[in-house]
Amino acid sequence: MSFYHKWQTIDWQSLQLQSRAFSAADIQAVISKQRLTLVDLQALLSPAAAAFLPQLASKAQQVTRQRFGATVQLYAPLYLSNLCANECTYCGFSLSQKVKRRTLNLAEIEQECQAIKAMGIEQVLIVTGEHENKVGIAYFRNVLPLIRRYFSTVQLEVQPLSTDEYSELKYLGVDAVMVYQETYNQSAYQSHHLRGNKTDIAWRLNTPDRIGNAGIDKIGIGILLGLSDWRTDAILLAQHLQYLQHQYWQSRYSLSVPRIRPCSGGIETPLAISDKELVQLICAFRLFSPELEISLSTRESAVFRQHVIPLAITSISAGSKTQPGGYSVAPDSLEQFSIDDDRTVVQVAEALKNQGIQPVYKDWEHYLGR
Amino acid sequence: MLCIADKTFDSRLLLGSGKFSSSQLMQQAVAASGCQLVTLAMKRLNLALKHDDLLTPLRELGVQLLPNTSGAKNAKEAILAAQLARDALDTNWLKLEIHPDPRYLMPDPIETLIAAKELVKQGFIVLPYCSADPVLCKHLEDAGCAAVMPLGAAIGSNQGLQTRAMLEIIIQQAAIPVIIDAGIGAPSHAANALELGASAVLVNTAIACSNDPVTMANAFRLACMAGSAAYQAGIATPYQHAMATSPLTAFLDQL
Repeated sequence: MSFYHKWQTIDWQSLQLQSRAFSAADIQAVISKQRLTLVDLQALLSPAAAAFLPQLASKAQQVTRQRFGATVQLYAPLYLSNLCANECTYCGFSLSQKVKRRTLNLAEIEQECQAIKAMGIEQVLIVTGEHENKVGIAYFRNVLPLIRRYFSTVQLEVQPLSTDEYSELKYLGVDAVMVYQETYNQSAYQSHHLRGNKTDIAWRLNTPDRIGNAGIDKIGIGILLGLSDWRTDAILLAQHLQYLQHQYWQSRYSLSVPRIRPCSGGIETPLAISDKELVQLICAFRLFSPELEISLSTRESAVFRQHVIPLAITSISAGSKTQPGGYSVAPDSLEQFSIDDDRTVVQVAEALKNQGIQPVYKDWEHYLGR
Repeated sequence: MLCIADKTFDSRLLLGSGKFSSSQLMQQAVAASGCQLVTLAMKRLNLALKHDDLLTPLRELGVQLLPNTSGAKNAKEAILAAQLARDALDTNWLKLEIHPDPRYLMPDPIETLIAAKELVKQGFIVLPYCSADPVLCKHLEDAGCAAVMPLGAAIGSNQGLQTRAMLEIIIQQAAIPVIIDAGIGAPSHAANALELGASAVLVNTAIACSNDPVTMANAFRLACMAGSAAYQAGIATPYQHAMATSPLTAFLDQL
């Protein structure tokens, strides 16, 4: 049974209601447990758990340190194209947005790679808009060998692809593929994704299965916070994670829980999540899944990141530019979303060291996962 | 004295170099532990740099490097990592670890045996991380491994010698050193492993993630010395009932 079929049997409303049923005693019992069930996670995500945030954070930090040590991985996004055939209400790259469209050619990509490498970065996350025809597998086939030469880890955040295409990407040297569901709530999903392939919720929901079937080493999943009730979305995300871990036991998993950021032409956030709630969500996932990699991007402010990283985060972006050519080729072009932490890589690394955390630039080799 | 292949070591403690909050702290902890054999992950090394933050401090200490193949999910990847390690670090010593399961990082017995056979053929001194399986350990020994490294519990779990009954069989049967790797969370666990007759223990998380890694490293040094001395002296057998310290039948010898 694919996750799409499983998801169809889930009753969003009743899950949302269950969240209100937990007591303070329930939360205390869950925090002291060693292995958490989905119901335990639901308790930690519930309103009743908000009062236990200090205890939750303390336990999360303990679990994170034991599993990952006092280290955090650094990466930078490499935006290759802002062409997009989708219309999403919250995104600055949407089809109807009047932005100058650009897709980097090989010479421009090399220039960007050199600029990123000069910042000391060894792990890169390739990002594009979703444009199947112009920025599809043929484009990736052409550019990946070049990017591969510069970085020890190559991660990809592009449109959902087929299993065969993921298999080819693995062969070309892709170590991880991130595909975020944005929301598991069907009506919210449809009201925010108005045109293009992204309107097909089944295709997107089954994407991690296709990545898993292709044997890609790491699968990144996540939700965009602000589109629907975050507690219920998080429970469904955890169900998805658990399903994938059972199916594709050799894959690593990483989690990303970005909040909607202001962007050119973007909407006001319908269901905003507070700083405290985001910390609750991140720490709850850490206790639910001690081995889960959790990343936190420059969407969040320097102050927020500095305080949350030691609790549960294993990987952060630094020195990021969110437009194609942003590092060197065209630094003044319009970005996908506005960045809230504009510190340089050196500044981020120094801040980590001052907190007793070792920044890790490299943790992979080209012969692994091929 | 710990003897592995053609080398001898005064210390029966091996350390992992990951998870420390800084390379300086790692260096200080290794020094305080008295350890002479330190593992390092090939995937973490940046050989393009003149001063890698993992390799340089270990070189300064002059310890024997034990590169590991962490990240490898099968024999093929582990063999590539081993060859890279030999070329880059100028050592044929290798901690072979293959874990296809990224969640509990359990070693793959099938791929480990395949890789061990090939690496021994290629001239490596192979120390394989493996499950606490007495038959597998004998197969690895037959394959020519210089030691076996069965787990006490899951990596980083600090749960101690959960596999104790199997470890006892492995130690009893082994003709090569048995190094207990993974799960050792407290100095008492290390002492216990050596009291059982293990040749050495490997520790990382319990030291690196301690509030005071240097003091903890020293505590492990002392525990390993105690455990090893106790084993050599001969541990007293536990009995269900009290035993008189002066034998009650001594008079029979007088008759």
